[in-house]
Amino acid sequence: MREYIDGASAIVRGALDAGCTFFAGYPITPASGILMHMMRELPRAGGVAIQGEDEIASIGMCIGASLAGARSMTATSGPGISLYSENIGLAVMGEVPLVIVDVQRLGPATGGATTVGQGDVQFVRWGTSGGYPIIALAPTDAADAYRLTVRAFELADRFRCPVFVLTDKDVAMTPVTVDPDDLRAIPPGPRSVETHGDPYRYHPPGEIHPLHEFGRGAPVRFTGSTHDEQAFITKDRSTIRSLNTHLIAKIEDHLHEIELVDTDPDPGARTLIVSYGVVAGAARVATQAIRRTGRNCSSVVVRSLWPVPEAVLAKALVGVDRVVVAELNPGLYRREIERVAQHCDVVGVNRIDGHLIDPKDIMEAAW
Amino acid sequence: MVTTTITTLGTYRNDRPYPFCPGCGHGQILDRLNDALIELGRRPDEVVIVSDIGCSGLSDQYFDTSAFHGLHGRSITYATGIKLANPDLTVIVIMGDGGTGIGGTHLLSAARRNVGITVLVMNNMNFGMTGGQHSTTTIEGAVTSTTPGGNLEHPLDICATVGVNGAAFVYRGTSFDDDLASTIADAIRTPGFALLDVWDLCTAYFVRSNAFSRRAIAETMEAHGFETGLLRRSTVSGYEAAYRQAADSTGEQRAPRRIPTSFTHDLAGRCSLLLAGSAGAKVNSAARLIGEGAIRSGLWVSQTSDYPVTVKTGHSLAQVTMTPDPAPILPIPAPDALVLLSHDGMRQVGLTLPALRPSARVFTTPEFARIETDARVEVIDLERAGSRVPKASVALAVGAAAVDRLGVYPVDALREAVQAGRFADKNLEAIEAGLAANG
Repeated sequence: MREYIDGASAIVRGALDAGCTFFAGYPITPASGILMHMMRELPRAGGVAIQGEDEIASIGMCIGASLAGARSMTATSGPGISLYSENIGLAVMGEVPLVIVDVQRLGPATGGATTVGQGDVQFVRWGTSGGYPIIALAPTDAADAYRLTVRAFELADRFRCPVFVLTDKDVAMTPVTVDPDDLRAIPPGPRSVETHGDPYRYHPPGEIHPLHEFGRGAPVRFTGSTHDEQAFITKDRSTIRSLNTHLIAKIEDHLHEIELVDTDPDPGARTLIVSYGVVAGAARVATQAIRRTGRNCSSVVVRSLWPVPEAVLAKALVGVDRVVVAELNPGLYRREIERVAQHCDVVGVNRIDGHLIDPKDIMEAAW
Repeated sequence: MVTTTITTLGTYRNDRPYPFCPGCGHGQILDRLNDALIELGRRPDEVVIVSDIGCSGLSDQYFDTSAFHGLHGRSITYATGIKLANPDLTVIVIMGDGGTGIGGTHLLSAARRNVGITVLVMNNMNFGMTGGQHSTTTIEGAVTSTTPGGNLEHPLDICATVGVNGAAFVYRGTSFDDDLASTIADAIRTPGFALLDVWDLCTAYFVRSNAFSRRAIAETMEAHGFETGLLRRSTVSGYEAAYRQAADSTGEQRAPRRIPTSFTHDLAGRCSLLLAGSAGAKVNSAARLIGEGAIRSGLWVSQTSDYPVTVKTGHSLAQVTMTPDPAPILPIPAPDALVLLSHDGMRQVGLTLPALRPSARVFTTPEFARIETDARVEVIDLERAGSRVPKASVALAVGAAAVDRLGVYPVDALREAVQAGRFADKNLEAIEAGLAANG
C-alpha cells in the first residue's frame, strides 16, 4: 500500500497523531493547505481549529490555548512569521509549548508566494527581541514532515518553548508517494503538568519543570514580563539573571536531546556536503554520484537546525577540509557551518531564483 | 487521581496594595470586579484575568485568581484561545483604551464571533504608563503629551462599535457607578461576548492637562452622544459552544487513503509527463489520476503544478514525475512526454518545446499537429472516438492515450485509479475515448 500526499497533509497527520487539540492560522500561500486540513480534521478529532483575523491573533490564540491545556500549533509563511515576531518572544519568556510551522516561500516581503525558498532559516532563530533560543526542525520530505511534526510537539512540551517546523513550498505543496509505514509514530503521552507550587522555577537555571495549566485546582499565573517564580513582575537583578540564564540554559544544556542529523560518512572523505530541508534530496543524489565516480564524499543532512547540532557536526568534520553548504538562500546557514568548520574551506551552493538546486551544481562545488 | 477540594473565597484580592496614583479610578474598578467575583463565587483557579499592557495591565497581580499577562493589544486573542480550549474557564480581559486602538481588530473580531469572554475597558482617555499620550478614545480638543495643540481625531465609540458587530452584552459607565459590581457580574454571566467601557480619571496626566473631572466625564459623554448604562444584552450562546455544536455534525475523521500496488510497470529510469492546458479544464485532476495509476503500478510519483493566482483563468500545468524507486524532490526535469491541450498551455510551454529531446514525445489534439519541436508529435484525434468528448474530460482522455502509447504502466491501473475516485463514470468515459482515439 502507498499514499499520495503532500507535506501539508503529512504535517496535519503528524499534529493529530501527536495529540494536537488547538490550531489557529491565517490564510497564506504556501501554508494554507495546513489551515484548511486543520479546519476540517481537528474538530472531528475533538479539537478546535480557527481562522484568526490575522497572524497576530492566530499565534495569540495558540499561546492562550496552550495555557488552557491544549497542544497548539499554528502555520504560516515568512510574511506571517514577521507578524508572529512579538508573540514568539512571549512564548519564549512565558515558557509556552507551541509548534509553529513555517512553510517558506521566496522573500523578501511578498516575494514569490508560490516559489520555493529557505530564506527564513536565520529569521526563525532571531525573529524576536532579546536573542533567546528556540528550537527549529527542518523536514526533508513529506514523510519527514510527518515525523518532525510529531517530534516538534514532544520537544515543545519537554522544553516549554516555541518549536518551529521549518519547511518550504515544495515539500508542503508537492503530492508525493509515501509508504504508510513512514507515516506512523508513537504518539506522545499526555503533557506532564504540575498543579501546585510556583508556575515558574528556574533555580538552578536549565532544569525544566512541568507546565502549569489553568483550571487544574490552584490558580496559575502567567506573564511575558520579567518575573519571579510566582510570575510577579520583578526588577531584582539576581532574579532577572537567573530567569534569563534559564531561558538559554534549558535548551543549550540539553543539545543532545534535540540534535537530529542524518550523517552519511564516507571513510577517508575530505569533502562534506551539508544540506537541510528540501535540498537534502539533491545533496544525497550528488553524494551518491560523486562516490560512483570513485571519489570519497560525506554528507550530513541537518534536521534540527536550531540549536545548531555542533557536536555532531564537529564529528562529521574530522578529516574534512572542504565543506559544501547547499541552500535556497544567499548562504544563511553557511554562517553557522563556517563557525563550526573554521579549519575548512566552506563554499556555498545557493539559489535565490525560486528554483531547486540541481545535484550537478553540488557535485561541481564538491570538486 | 488527585482530588482537590476548592472553597470559594471571601475575597479574590490578594494582600498586595494597588500601585495606582492617588485619585486614579483603576483601583475602584478592580474593587468592583472583586465584588463581582465574590458575588459569582467561581473557583479562583478557573477564573483567568487576562491583562493587557499599560497601567491597566498591572491589574492581574492583585488577584488570587489565574492570570495571563501578555502583549499590548493582544489580550483578547489570548483570552479567545483560553476560552476555546477550555470553555469551563471564566475569562476576563482587563485592558485600557490604548488596547482598544492597537488591538482594535481583535476587539471587532471577538465581538463578531461572540466569543464568551468579558472585556473590561478601563478608559481614561490616554496612555497613563508611558507619559500621557493620546489614545483612540481621547476626545477632540483634549491636550495630551502628543496632542499639545489639542486632539484632532474623533474618539472611538467602543460600545457602538462592538454593539453593531455582534457583542452580546454592552455597558458604558464610570468608575463611580453604584451598580458597577453587579453589572460586571452580569457581564461575566453572559454566555457570549461582553464588554464594559468604564471611564475613569487619570490624575497623573489627563486630569491635569484638561481640568478633567467626574462631572466632565458625564458632560463629555452627553456632548458626544455616547449613550450610557446597559446598551445591549442577549443570552445567545458563545462561539465556543456554537463551535462544539457545529463540530458534532462534521462527521468522522477522514481515514488515510491507501493505494494498493496491484499492477506492475516497465519503467527502468525516470519518466516525466507534463500536461499543459487551461485553468478550469481539470488538468491537475487528470495529472493526479495518472499519478495514482502509476502508484498502483508500483511507481513512485511526485506531482508539481503551476497556474495563475486567479485559478479559473489562463494556463494550468501539471507535471507527473515517475520513478521505479523512491526519489527525492529535485528540480523539475525537462519532460519525457508533453500532453499539450490548449493555447493557454501552448503559451506556457514555449520555452519547454525547444528543450525537448528528440526522444521525447508530444501528445496533442489535431489543432497543434504542426508545432515546431525536435520531439515526436503524436496527434490524438478524439473525434475518432465517435462521441464528442466534454471539455472537462479532454485532459484525462489525451492523458490516457499518452499513458497507453508510452507503455510505462498498464492502462488498467489508470482505470482502477479512476474507479476509486470521484466522478468515476465520466472519467472512465474519458479514458475510453482517449484509447479509442489511439485505435
